[in-house]
Amino acid sequence: MAARTLFDKIWDSHVVERLEDGTAILYIDRHLVHEVTSPQAFEGLRISGRRLRRPDATIAVVDHNVPTSDRTLPIEEPESRNQIETLERNVREFGVPYFPLLSERQGIVHVVGPEQGISLPGMTIVCGDSHTSTHGAMGALAFGIGTSEVEHVMATQTLLQKPAMNMKVVVEGTLGAGVTAKDVMLAIIGTIGTAGGTGYVIEFAGSTIRGLDMAGRMTICNMSIEAGARAGLVAPDETTFDYVRGRPFAPQGEAFEQAVAYWKTLAADAGAHYDKIVELRAEDIPPVLTWGTSPETVIPVSGTVPDPSAESDEAKRAQMQRMLDYMGLEAGQKIAGVPVDVVFIGSCTNSRIEDLRSAAGIVAGRHVAPGVRAMVVPGSGIVKAQAEHEGLDRVFLDAGFEWREAGCSMCLGMNPDRLTPGQRCASTSNRNFEGRQGPGGRTHLLSPAMAAAAAVTGHLTDVRELI
Amino acid sequence: MDKFTVLTAIAAPLPEANIDTDKIIPARFLKTTKRSGLGVHAFDGMRYNPDGSEKPDFVLNREPYRKAGILITHDNLGCGSSREHAPWALLDFGIRCVIAPSFADIFFNNCFKNGILPIRLPREICDALMDDARLGANGRLTVDLERQVVVRPDGEEIAFEIDPLRKHLLLEGLDDIGQTLQHEGAISTFEAARGQAQPWQTRIVID
Ligand code: SF4
Repeated sequence: MAARTLFDKIWDSHVVERLEDGTAILYIDRHLVHEVTSPQAFEGLRISGRRLRRPDATIAVVDHNVPTSDRTLPIEEPESRNQIETLERNVREFGVPYFPLLSERQGIVHVVGPEQGISLPGMTIVCGDSHTSTHGAMGALAFGIGTSEVEHVMATQTLLQKPAMNMKVVVEGTLGAGVTAKDVMLAIIGTIGTAGGTGYVIEFAGSTIRGLDMAGRMTICNMSIEAGARAGLVAPDETTFDYVRGRPFAPQGEAFEQAVAYWKTLAADAGAHYDKIVELRAEDIPPVLTWGTSPETVIPVSGTVPDPSAESDEAKRAQMQRMLDYMGLEAGQKIAGVPVDVVFIGSCTNSRIEDLRSAAGIVAGRHVAPGVRAMVVPGSGIVKAQAEHEGLDRVFLDAGFEWREAGCSMCLGMNPDRLTPGQRCASTSNRNFEGRQGPGGRTHLLSPAMAAAAAVTGHLTDVRELI
Repeated sequence: MDKFTVLTAIAAPLPEANIDTDKIIPARFLKTTKRSGLGVHAFDGMRYNPDGSEKPDFVLNREPYRKAGILITHDNLGCGSSREHAPWALLDFGIRCVIAPSFADIFFNNCFKNGILPIRLPREICDALMDDARLGANGRLTVDLERQVVVRPDGEEIAFEIDPLRKHLLLEGLDDIGQTLQHEGAISTFEAARGQAQPWQTRIVID
């Protein structure tokens, strides 16, 4: 057989049948369900009298809409409450395993899956949410789907899919102090652009990626979608196996050893073909952040806001000017020193225990700058408990941060955590679109350490000055 | 999904290009938990004043177009976000067929997934069909999917193209799911073999 990539191997092992036009019926191992994109799919099953084919391959959580304040109080926004209650009715009716709001295991679906050992190497994993790419860090083929496809998976445990092309992004070398996986991924998106990955599944490789812990790999794969890719992948290795070992829904004992033996065969064969290869040097990546309203508007924190007049393409020039106006920035302005109103540490990109430790390392012994609202929203109840066990909650609370319950929160502002018009936010999330964190809100994407630095200084800051 | 065989219906002319999914169904209606019931919000911004009253000039607010089953527009219908709420809103309003010179890709696919037939016809023909549609109840169009023709009120037939698989699915009222379930045997075989070869594939059970 011809040399195959990691993606090729996972794909091939899940093809149930190839249809005439090249479409494959692809078997799905794990279906993650949340409250926003599932109600119409459950309704569809009910209307057509179909059953949920594999409840034991499905897991439901509430995350997008949930309040991150006191959970014992009723949910105030009626539409959010309705979506949550609807999910609870549906999981009961269809027998779906579910982590309810008050469970410690509740959290952002893309944090919960790996944490519980539900997302495993070699699997196909889908969810009605574009950041499903996160689970690719396990060495799984994981991607977001629309509501009709959610229903399709529920009814058939398969999807109709055409294969993607293979891209490899190789990062070699040692990261400098204060430079994290988030900086690496933002640098990659800044390099290839938000459409650079369109039509591809990206495999991240190279010594820098190998050197990342699982949280860092998840941050990278999470934002594959911001580069336009269908999914992101990292080949499973000892770091992966150590992470999976002992997780609640992972295979245990002898079965685990068998699984590892199989997972080791998944890495790309020597000579496997990639349709596109991009290479970066870790040493060339400083701490970075975004200045505009697209994730590709990445600049070093030591840099200046770009000047639209230097852009020759008229449409791009107009777009840059519109971004500057929206963001309240001026061409040529140094980005460091721009004051922030809000700091958000959270989201499926950066809300794992490693992210919180990294931020706490900067915050310890310091205080949130006057006038800044700073919040930490752990990715799951388990992350929150672990952080409290390590005393990180005290570090944040003593410094003047809010310490909240797990959920998507200000990442998309579907719950009450929203920016008000004109507010500037240093955010560890993944999208800086206009109005994403609240109408008129201005988002700068950056790492947890950089977010912490902004919180304690009150402005966008080079974190290296604080370490 | 209801079968789509022959549809004879009032057609509503909406001579605009780039009608995006936000126009078809604005984002604030996405917090719903139903596919049904979105019809009253279809084209919300074009159809209602800020105080909620109807804009009398908008075609779907006029008789007989309140009962339109076909919608005819200009280029690039359904551009913008991928929300499936757009075809849901049209369907709930009663639209089973949309005719335009061109469509946005995802919207085009989403129509088929929801039992709506999107037909691409050249701009001049769309304009001619709009003229028919302006005759109101006297200008009903017939769409015969089996024969792949749109029949004008004067009996003239206009042929259209459609992917054979998609035609089959619409004629039979099969959605993608129905289609895939015809391969149920293969799926079960695959599932069983996989369970055997990979005994570590765990099941999610919460007590
Ligand atoms: S944290 Fe943000 S990006 Fe992640 S799943 Fe929630 S809303 Fe989506």
